Amino acid sequence: MRWLLRPFAGLAVPAAAVIAALLVGVVLLGVFGANPITGYRALFTGAFGGPDELAATALKSIPLMLVGVGICIAFRTGVINIGGEGQIIMGAILATLVAIALPDVPRPILVPLVMIAGGIGGGIWGAIPGALKAYSGVNEILSTIMMNIIAGFFMSFLLEDWLIAPGAIKIQQTKRLTPNADLPILPGGTRLHLGIVVALIVAILGYLLLFRSGLGLRLRAVGHNQHASRAAGMKVELSITQALALSGACAGIAGAVLVFGSESHRLIGEGGPLAFTQSAGFNGIVTALFGGLHPLFTVLSSYLFGGMLSGGISLQRAVQVPQALVIALNGVVVVFVVSSLLLQNRVRRWAEGEVQMEDRA
Amino acid sequence: MKYPRVFNLLLALLGVFALAIAGCGNDDDDSSTTQTGTSFRVAVVAPSASNDLAFTQSIVDAVRKLEASNHIDEVSITDGTFVVEDAGAAIRGYAEEGYDLVVAHGSQYGGPLQEIAPDFPETSFIWGTAVDTFGLPNVYSYSVRSDLGGYVNGVVAAQLTESNIIGVIGPVEVGDAKLYVDGFEAGAQAQNPDVDVKIVYTGSFSDVAAAAEAAQSHISLGADVLTGSAQMVVGATGVAQENGVLWFGTQANQTPLGEDIVVASQVYRWEGILADAVDRVKAGELGGETFIMTFAGGGIDIQFNDNFDLPQEVRGSAQATIDGLIDGSITTGQ
Amino acid sequence: MSEFFTVAILTATLTSGIRQAVPYLLAALGEAVSQRAGVLNLGVEGVMLIGAFSAYYATLETKSAAIGLLMGLLAGMFMGLIYAFITVVMHAEQGISGIGIYLFGLGFTDLLFQKQVGTPRPIQGLKTKPMNWLAEDTGRVGELLFSHTILTYVAFLLVPAVYWLVTRTTFGLNVRAVGENPHAADTLGVSVNGVRAAAIVFGNTMAGLAGAVLVLDIVQNFQQNLTAGRGFIAIALVYFGAWRPLRVMAGALLFGIVSSTVLTLQALDVISGSVTSIANMAPAVLTVIVLVVVSRRIGQPAALTKPFTRDA
Repeated sequence: MRWLLRPFAGLAVPAAAVIAALLVGVVLLGVFGANPITGYRALFTGAFGGPDELAATALKSIPLMLVGVGICIAFRTGVINIGGEGQIIMGAILATLVAIALPDVPRPILVPLVMIAGGIGGGIWGAIPGALKAYSGVNEILSTIMMNIIAGFFMSFLLEDWLIAPGAIKIQQTKRLTPNADLPILPGGTRLHLGIVVALIVAILGYLLLFRSGLGLRLRAVGHNQHASRAAGMKVELSITQALALSGACAGIAGAVLVFGSESHRLIGEGGPLAFTQSAGFNGIVTALFGGLHPLFTVLSSYLFGGMLSGGISLQRAVQVPQALVIALNGVVVVFVVSSLLLQNRVRRWAEGEVQMEDRA
Repeated sequence: MKYPRVFNLLLALLGVFALAIAGCGNDDDDSSTTQTGTSFRVAVVAPSASNDLAFTQSIVDAVRKLEASNHIDEVSITDGTFVVEDAGAAIRGYAEEGYDLVVAHGSQYGGPLQEIAPDFPETSFIWGTAVDTFGLPNVYSYSVRSDLGGYVNGVVAAQLTESNIIGVIGPVEVGDAKLYVDGFEAGAQAQNPDVDVKIVYTGSFSDVAAAAEAAQSHISLGADVLTGSAQMVVGATGVAQENGVLWFGTQANQTPLGEDIVVASQVYRWEGILADAVDRVKAGELGGETFIMTFAGGGIDIQFNDNFDLPQEVRGSAQATIDGLIDGSITTGQ
Repeated sequence: MSEFFTVAILTATLTSGIRQAVPYLLAALGEAVSQRAGVLNLGVEGVMLIGAFSAYYATLETKSAAIGLLMGLLAGMFMGLIYAFITVVMHAEQGISGIGIYLFGLGFTDLLFQKQVGTPRPIQGLKTKPMNWLAEDTGRVGELLFSHTILTYVAFLLVPAVYWLVTRTTFGLNVRAVGENPHAADTLGVSVNGVRAAAIVFGNTMAGLAGAVLVLDIVQNFQQNLTAGRGFIAIALVYFGAWRPLRVMAGALLFGIVSSTVLTLQALDVISGSVTSIANMAPAVLTVIVLVVVSRRIGQPAALTKPFTRDA
């Protein structure tokens, strides 16, 4: 009996957790007078129901993947980065400035250039709290939260005056940026653009950096044990700064993708910072941790999370329940799944025939 | 760390989703393309909640009125899409489903609309507030001269203030809010040059507590009349009510926010221009026009709070100002 | 500019700053105790929202702000029990589950508000001013000290209370012990998980109270995402205050007073236009700068974010 179950033992608990979370959603939908089956059908077909839906989900997941890879780097170095929101914004701003300054550079050069600019913008915004932590002892949770606020107002400042599109009605957005910086749509008849390739490349580079390079080895060593690393002669301060800078750079690239891969091909600040970042700076933390802080698994978990987000729009349309339900449901899924990891371990041990029930995290 | 565990977790998630997809099937196409010639379907995409007593509610009310009067047959609303990319996806989705008129109710939706509209030449789009149709034959735009109602509110406010200090709370100094605030200031100054109009922009469309605190600081500095624009003003009206300070509203009738202290609200009546657009679309004319709402066309209306005891002559001056704005003898400076 | 320095305006600005500091202060005090026991809660923002909505909805339905306050506290307490179960019993990763709580609170309160209330309907908050009779004839200083609402005094009285709780009581000793060295505490017979659960419930109740104060004392209404990031700022202020109640209070006051100063300067036309956005950065910038200047490298609780297992 047990050997039959063994391959599924690891799967059973998280799957049960996801199903339990979705059942909470059934209750919520029912309470608000919507048909849960219609709702979920809309959610799933809206997320994964066909090529267009799969592409829309991929589009939603790009910023999550990029931020998530950055989170992997920071968290593995033992640094917490809650500053994804601000790093996205600063990356987007620098990339936008480059596109405005160099509108006539040919596309094959300008597209990589604005992505790099995004990385630099986000990287600087990550390096500041990194350096503050390393050299001044300022806790990075505090500084990254504050840097988010500062970046949000900075974007608002630029889009009230310097960068605002000319026109009779003032909207907090830039003019349509040069088509030379547009991320090209990939062949296949969907809306999917080159941003997904960028995200995958960054994820692979992130993997190579973390697990196949000397730098990654040092970062992980610092994350594992700062004192031992210092004793071994590593520059711990430098590593911390590097980690947050790299983490911010990934988020900054996400900011550039959000500008040049958007339908509107411009930087939009109208409606506040969250309207631009789509909260990817926070959601990316979730996808990274779901991905076990491994860049490649983070790609996968970002895609699933993106599905919840893109399916949420269809759910709202189908049963006229606010999208807020999907946000709440995302929270429930996160809580249920992370809470199930302990049980999962126990079930696996039981399946493998170990008697002791005590968990070792 | 815990790779095998995590890998399993992801597999499990994938499995659940795969099962769900298999269970749901892919039969969502039946509703989309069938289009009877007679029914006229309108979709609305708007940034905040349908009942925000502000910008979004004004359009939702208008579309519902058209539906109630059988001017249009079917309405679908996607609200709360403050993320512009989500709005773009919703607009595209409605167009794909063959809606006759898609209302993009947010200035910031212009960017995506400009890219989407050319892909659906058979669908008519209308967006606002804006004055630009991108030269596209299937895009209408609409805007509202919120400075006009602001001017009237300002004229009335200047007659009611005793301290001669009026406080204004705005989100960010752009767009509809700035237009309203500038009109209000011009109206108050025109009525009484001694009135000091103090303006605070909180930097956020959503931070209700910041709006409350801005109102509080206006009151501390002597203001006895307040006004403000955008959906975060519900914080300010509470403070006004508590301190017995008068309030002037805009975008929707804000009397429910303060039965005792709301004097008047500028109300947007989009149904006129929407009906106009619907008629044109029915006649095969899909776009190219910009509608601008003013007092003249009935698109703007000042609604007074009947519970508030407004002196007859002040109310008369409001009507006189409206008449002057209509016949052009008064201008707001915009 | 000189206008700003008239006593009346200064008093009004400081009063407003003190009022704005209250939600930060309450949430940060609670989070500080929770972290002292070794548990990080990134979900403060979500719990604040749930506390705020509970207080709002109860007040709206019963017309009693006292019941609203109670419901806000209970909602926070309930979220605390859930979070304690998640982190202490189930050993869930604290960063990620906190963000889960945040997402849940953000979405769930928005959903409930749209479905149960709909349009923002004003409520009568809890604005009793118990000391106001003293303010009448003690001039500006009196106004600054005595013109506040009861919830403001409660918040500031909680500072010494939490200080006493953490430093002078057995419970506080246990909290610090399980946060610094849970195994040592365990061998001394302290229930590590029990103490942690109690600290978490305390922290979340304070977050619920912070949300309730926002509704009952400041806004007297509700809207989606009412807290607008205040929960995250509160977490930041815990680090600013290095887990010490008095320093947390200093941080909350700094943040509140700088915010109110920016508002006053705008109302006085000293700053206007797009410069406003730059000025709005001031609280965040100053918080970081002050910390850089005064930083004394106080280490965080050694067992922060580490679940306790006896055999590890």
